[in-house]
Amino acid sequence: MTQENQQEFWRWTESSWKNPDMDWKDAGFVTVGIDVGSVSSQACIMADGKIYAFANMRTGSDSPASARNALENALKTTDMPEERVDYCVGTGYGRVNVPFADRAVTEIACHARGANFIYGPAVRTVLDVGGQDIKAISCDEKGRVTHFLMNDKCAAGTGRGMEVFADLLGVSINEVGDRSFQYQGPEPDAVSSTCVVYARSEATGLLRKGWTTEKVLAAYCRAMAERIFALLERLGVEPGFGVTGGMAKNRGVMDRLTAMIRLEPMRTAWDVQVAGAVGAALFGHALCRRGKGRKR
Amino acid sequence: MLAGYGYKDASGDFFVTIDTDRCNGCGDCVSACPAAVFAVVDEDPHDPLREDPVVMVSPDKNRQLKYACGPCKPRSGRPPLPCVSACNAGAISHSW
Amino acid sequence: MITAGIDCGAKNTKTIIMKDGQILGRGKVLTGFDQNRSITASWQAALKEAGLEEGDVERRCGTGSGKDCIRNAGLVNDIKAMAKGAKYFFPKVRTVTDVGAEEARAVKMDDDGSVVDFAVNEKCAAGAGAFIEAMARALEVGLEEMGLLCLRSDREIPMNAQCVIFAESEVVGLIHARTGKPDISKAIHDAMAGRIVSMIRRVGVNEDLVMVGGVARNPGFVEAMKRELKIDRIHIPEAPEYGAAVGAAVAAAEKA
Repeated sequence: MTQENQQEFWRWTESSWKNPDMDWKDAGFVTVGIDVGSVSSQACIMADGKIYAFANMRTGSDSPASARNALENALKTTDMPEERVDYCVGTGYGRVNVPFADRAVTEIACHARGANFIYGPAVRTVLDVGGQDIKAISCDEKGRVTHFLMNDKCAAGTGRGMEVFADLLGVSINEVGDRSFQYQGPEPDAVSSTCVVYARSEATGLLRKGWTTEKVLAAYCRAMAERIFALLERLGVEPGFGVTGGMAKNRGVMDRLTAMIRLEPMRTAWDVQVAGAVGAALFGHALCRRGKGRKR
Repeated sequence: MLAGYGYKDASGDFFVTIDTDRCNGCGDCVSACPAAVFAVVDEDPHDPLREDPVVMVSPDKNRQLKYACGPCKPRSGRPPLPCVSACNAGAISHSW
Repeated sequence: MITAGIDCGAKNTKTIIMKDGQILGRGKVLTGFDQNRSITASWQAALKEAGLEEGDVERRCGTGSGKDCIRNAGLVNDIKAMAKGAKYFFPKVRTVTDVGAEEARAVKMDDDGSVVDFAVNEKCAAGAGAFIEAMARALEVGLEEMGLLCLRSDREIPMNAQCVIFAESEVVGLIHARTGKPDISKAIHDAMAGRIVSMIRRVGVNEDLVMVGGVARNPGFVEAMKRELKIDRIHIPEAPEYGAAVGAAVAAAEKA
C-alpha cells in the first residue's frame, strides 16, 4: 500500500493544534505522550493533565524519527521549549523506539486511560481494533485496567484482515461499511471461516456461485463482527462501551457488532485516534505526581 | 489486573492470564516452565504505576502460546500444568 | 477384491485403486471449487491408470474435507484414513503425521494399528501447507523451488509473525532488508516445522515418525522437521499425498 492509500484508509490528515486558553508557563507538570502507530503517530502535550497541544502525523519508515516528528509538530504550535517537559511516555507499535521517552507503556494501559479521558469515567469496556491487533480491555472509573485480552497474532478482525478482503473484492476500505449494507436480500450468514486466508477462498467460491460483492461483504463483515464479539464475550462486556482504534470507523463491522453486544458505543467529540497519546501523557502526569518527573 | 496474554485465532482461544494483584514476582513459574514462556520484569509495561516486579508472558512466546505450551498439554492424560502448580499465589490460569 | 479410496482434500482430490493390497492406479486432480467434478475426474484418472472400468471396483471409501460429496462410498474419517495408510507402507509405525494443504494431523497408534490418540492443526492457515504456499507467493518462487531454496541456508532467523497474513508482510520486510531467499525460505520452513512438531508432541512421538500428505514432498520442510525433532530420518512413502487415499482403500477392503 502506498503512503497515500494509507492516508486515505484512515481518512485523516496531518494536523497539529494548541489550546488557545492555556499557557505552559502556568503549568505545574508538563507531560508528553507519544503514540507511534504503524500508519500514524500522535504527540500529546499536557499541562497538569489537560491537553495543551497535539499533533497527528504520518508514520515514516523510522520509528524514532516518526516520534520526534510528531513531538516537533506539537511543540511548533507553542513557544514552549522541549526542556520544559517533566515526563514523556511512549506507546504504540513503535513504543520501544521513542528514544526520548522516560518510559514505554503498552497501548492497553494507554487506551484505557485515554478512553476514560475521551469518553468520561462511565466507560468500563474498551475495544481497540487497530491495523494489526485487537484488544479488549475492562477498566474502572479512573481508567485503570482491570482485565485485558490481547491479540496481535491473528489477522482476523484486524484492519489488515479487512484490507485483504477489500483488495479481493476491489472495494476501497472506506466503502466497505456502506456497501456491506447495500445487499437487498436478508442478511447472509457469516462466512464459515474465521481465518482470513480460508475466508478469502470461501469468498472466491461465493462470487463464482453468483454472490454479489455487497452480499460477500455482508457475510465477511458479519464474520469479523462475530469474531470480535467472541473475544469481548470472553472478557465480559460491561456498559459503557467505548471503541478506539481505526476500525471504529468501519461501520460494516461496528454496526453488526453493536447489534450483537446490544450496547450502543459511547460517543465522543474527540477523534478516537488520540486515545493512545492522551493516555500516555496522563500516565506521565500520574508518575510526576509520584515524584518521578525529570530533574530540571 | 487480569493480564490476558496470548491470542484467539481461528483454531481457538489460547490465553494465559496472570492475576497481577496476586503475583508477587517470585519467579517460581519461570523455573517451572520448560518452554521459557514466562519472564519476571521490574516494570509492568501494562501498569506503570505498579512498583513491584511482576511476571509476564515473554513477548517472543506470546504469539505462539498454543505451540509453546503444547508439550505440557498432551491430548490425553494431561497432568497438572507445571506453572500453575508452581504458583503459590494462584496467579496463573490457562484458557485451554 | 478391488477397492478404491478417494481423498477429497482442500487442494487436491486423490484416488487410489487397490487389489489385494497392491496399488493398481492413482489419480490426482485439483479440487478447486467443484468437488463433485474433481472427485469424478480423480476417480476416472485412477481407473484409467489401473486399466479398469468402474464396475470392476467392488467397494469405494471416501475421506477428506470434501468426503460428503463422494457418492456410492463408505466414509472413513481423516484420522483413521491416515493411520491405515501409514500402516500400509510402514507396518511397525506408531506415530504418523499428515500435513496437508489446510489441515495437519498427528496420530498415535498401538501395536495393532488402532488409534489411541490424535491431535489436529485446523482452521488456521499457519498450521498447514497453506502457510508455505502463501510464503512462496510472497517470495515469488514456485512451490518446488521453495523447498529446495531452504536447503541452501543454515541461518536461523526466527519469524515473529504466526499468521499467514502478517508473515507475508514480514517476508516482504526481509526481502527489503536484502535477506537472501534461501535464508528466508529456511526461516519459513523452520517456523512451519515448529508448529507441526508442537502438534505431534501432543500425542508423543517415537523415533520412527511417518509423514504423509502433500507437504511431505517438500525436502526443505522434511529437513526442518528433522532438525526440530532432533532425529535423523522420517519415514515417507512414495507419493505421500496419497496417504489418506491409500488408507481409505484399505478401509474399503476391511469392510468386506
